[in-house]
Amino acid sequence: MSVLDSKVPKGPLKDKWTTYKDKINLVNPANKRSIDVIVVGTGLAGGSAAATLAELGYKVKAFCYQDSPRRAHSIAAQGGINAAKNYQGDGDSTYRLFYDTVKGGDYRSREANVYRLAEVSANIIDQCVAQGVPFARDYGGLLDNRSFGGVLVSRTFYAKGQTGQQLLLGAYSAMNRQIARGKIEMYNRHEMLDVVKVDGKARGIIARNLVTGEIERHSAHAVVIASGGYGNVYFLSTNAMGSNATAAWKIHKKGAFFANPCYTQIHPTCIPRSGDYQSKLTLMSESLRNDGRIWVPKNMEDVMAIREGKKLPTDLSEDERDYYLERRYPAFGNLVPRDVASRAAKERCDAGYGVNATGEAVYLDFKSAIERYGLEQAKIHGVLNPSKEKITQLGEAVVEEKYGNLFQMYEKIVDQDPYKTPMMIYPATHYTMGGVWVDYNLMTTVEGLYCIGEANFSDHGANRLGASALMQGLADGYFVLPYTIGDYLSHEIRTGKIPTNTPEFDAAEKEVTDKINFFINNKGTHSVDYYHKKLGKIMWDKCGMSRNAADLKQAIVEIKAIREEFYKEVKVPGSANEMNPELEKAGRVADFLELGELFAKDALMREESCGGHFREESTELDGEQKGEAKRNDAEYAFVAAWEYKGEPSDAVLHKEELEFNDIELKQRSYK
Amino acid sequence: MNLTLKIWRQKGPKDKGKMVDYQVTEISENMSFLEMMDVLNEQLINKGEEPVAFDHDCREGICGMCSMYINGEAHGPDRGVTTCQLHMRMFKDGDTITIEPFRAKAFPVIKDLVVDRSSFERIQQAGGFISVNTSGNTQDANAIPIDKHAADMAMDSATCIGCGACVASCKNSSAMLFVGAKVSQYALLPQGQVEAVDRVKNMVAQMDLEGFGNCTNTGACEVECPKGISLENIARLNREYFKASVKG
Repeated sequence: MSVLDSKVPKGPLKDKWTTYKDKINLVNPANKRSIDVIVVGTGLAGGSAAATLAELGYKVKAFCYQDSPRRAHSIAAQGGINAAKNYQGDGDSTYRLFYDTVKGGDYRSREANVYRLAEVSANIIDQCVAQGVPFARDYGGLLDNRSFGGVLVSRTFYAKGQTGQQLLLGAYSAMNRQIARGKIEMYNRHEMLDVVKVDGKARGIIARNLVTGEIERHSAHAVVIASGGYGNVYFLSTNAMGSNATAAWKIHKKGAFFANPCYTQIHPTCIPRSGDYQSKLTLMSESLRNDGRIWVPKNMEDVMAIREGKKLPTDLSEDERDYYLERRYPAFGNLVPRDVASRAAKERCDAGYGVNATGEAVYLDFKSAIERYGLEQAKIHGVLNPSKEKITQLGEAVVEEKYGNLFQMYEKIVDQDPYKTPMMIYPATHYTMGGVWVDYNLMTTVEGLYCIGEANFSDHGANRLGASALMQGLADGYFVLPYTIGDYLSHEIRTGKIPTNTPEFDAAEKEVTDKINFFINNKGTHSVDYYHKKLGKIMWDKCGMSRNAADLKQAIVEIKAIREEFYKEVKVPGSANEMNPELEKAGRVADFLELGELFAKDALMREESCGGHFREESTELDGEQKGEAKRNDAEYAFVAAWEYKGEPSDAVLHKEELEFNDIELKQRSYK
Repeated sequence: MNLTLKIWRQKGPKDKGKMVDYQVTEISENMSFLEMMDVLNEQLINKGEEPVAFDHDCREGICGMCSMYINGEAHGPDRGVTTCQLHMRMFKDGDTITIEPFRAKAFPVIKDLVVDRSSFERIQQAGGFISVNTSGNTQDANAIPIDKHAADMAMDSATCIGCGACVASCKNSSAMLFVGAKVSQYALLPQGQVEAVDRVKNMVAQMDLEGFGNCTNTGACEVECPKGISLENIARLNREYFKASVKG
């Protein structure tokens, strides 16, 4: 028997959110002043939520582990943010954005949430422009758009290749305004280490001051988790080094169900790894696929010659190249969704066509775009009979304007000039679609405990389309949570200040300090990273882009063994009462070592291929889709929400059956 | 590569710091500088010593957290990069590398190479925003066309990552490039005009209060800025400040 209630309002899809807003309870402005809300994480979701809740009049305490909210990893998002503005007049609409998102997510997201997301998307752009976010503009002074994978319209707003940075700085500036007014109390360099429940409701957190090591108690009428995703479970990922699962995992252990942990997005365009020492992977925005063509050599001899350095990619003629995305998916070509592009790259590399020393890279080539733009510019500028050099020069200038910072980043890391030679790319772990289960109100299975942005599971199904993460973060924080949480808080106006000197706070603090003392006193032999890398390797090899039952069963056994060894043998230098980055990492890796096992367990249970989760046993065997991922709607059209019962192996599965009333479930085809 | 590292070690804000020598071996030229530091720290942990504390996070050159002063330069010898994008191919086998925290009165050392840059936060809170309600009831984004050139310039200013390299490389420890970038972004956009006078006055007042020095047009900040924020931003800051003073 499922205990999950999605609380999706009744009525037609397009009216749900409006009707819901009309009917919810509101809090009188005078009462808001005596209501406390804690926000953990200050990226796009947490930052926009903290600013808006403070704007509404609530007393907000916001926490981030960095030295400033401006450093949250949302800052690294490159390509853009989607919004159904239809400024281009190319047929976009709320419904179409909704449709693309549900289809792109392989029909594993909740319809009502996605529709609401599409509905508020246009507001986000208005809001950000009003805040002074310098989006790209055309010569008429109006906003420019570009296209992203998985869609046929141009609905992506961008600020060069630094869209995440600009949107985050917008939210950060809105926060600063509230900090200056005393409406937000900001706790930089603080990490939440547990949530405190009183009578079943979330009433506060235990946090560690990362500078002094002091353990602090903070109480509130509601707690909002906006702590991002758990991609670092792989050790190597495109996440920031500090990105961790601790806040989300700790609330899971206190009763919040964790949904679809195996849904991880493998992003197709990252800089390939080059050695064992590597600490992270760097993403190259998917927007590059608008202009870059992806290929590997057709002939194995050319592959070998390139790997040995006897041939350059530029030596190969058009007909010696296999533009495999254009060949396999003529309708979408290089702009197929991320999961499709990732799998196709892996397929070519597994077949032996990888072009770098490790055999794990394909080319992303801008030569034809540079020529095309160069010719266009020559016409615009009235250059008659332009030379080849002139065309290249003009074309490179256009490409630089669009993607300059990405090209520079690539050159610094790889030491090759991507204007002259194709980039090498390979898929890498990027975004996690799984996360804490929330209902339509964004509340978890714990009363008064909310979860927004990447930390929750809600809007992207089994795969996230490009430029949708920023959209969800800001939609949740600016426009959704401030309404839904108000409905809950309207019942809290008589509660009064929550005291922190209660047995519940005592117990939570004791749990936290015991764990810290354990790490400091453990006389082990290996560093925290040693175990993190071991876990990461298992995750990538056995729970990565493609998975099978035998490997997943093996992974569960191995992760458990590493976890046991970790607790016996980990070594954490320094003391608890000071800045101690190794101690911070130890707590985070301890959580990854549990989450990793639940991840594998969830993947094993889901005997279908869907989104970024390719199950080798579930492949289309014939017809036009032969070799493509095979989804199983009859048995798996549900959200897998896991209830904590001690060890990850004891976790209990609850199913939220997904209903699709406004969309027909179809085989995803991008051919 | 084998290298000698001379690193500033300081236990806490009140402790006396000192330079300590370390040897690292088998460094690949493809490593980033921070990955080289990871290798050192792994060695130290295995020997039972305390690893070197340093700030870092995204390792993609965009978060602005890494703050090392390498061989006398903020973010080291390469141009236009943060420390995480500095690669070991910039060094030679056998090199001695000096690594220190950013040094400025307004950036006190917390531990080893970690400094406290919360003075930047307070400057932003003094006016680095547009006072618009976050309700979403704003006018349509295309209602006010913005000249492409102005939008592009605003974007260039907005590219500042707040790392503090400008302060660290300035002989006066001035924060003018940082403040100039934020003031410029809003000064170039129509949305930023309404509060322009108060913004620049308040931000400059806070900057002085934090103990940052003044600008004497040396230009070291521009040279060391990982994001190529230009001195024009300081000129614009001065212009905006002058305008604000005249308007009272």
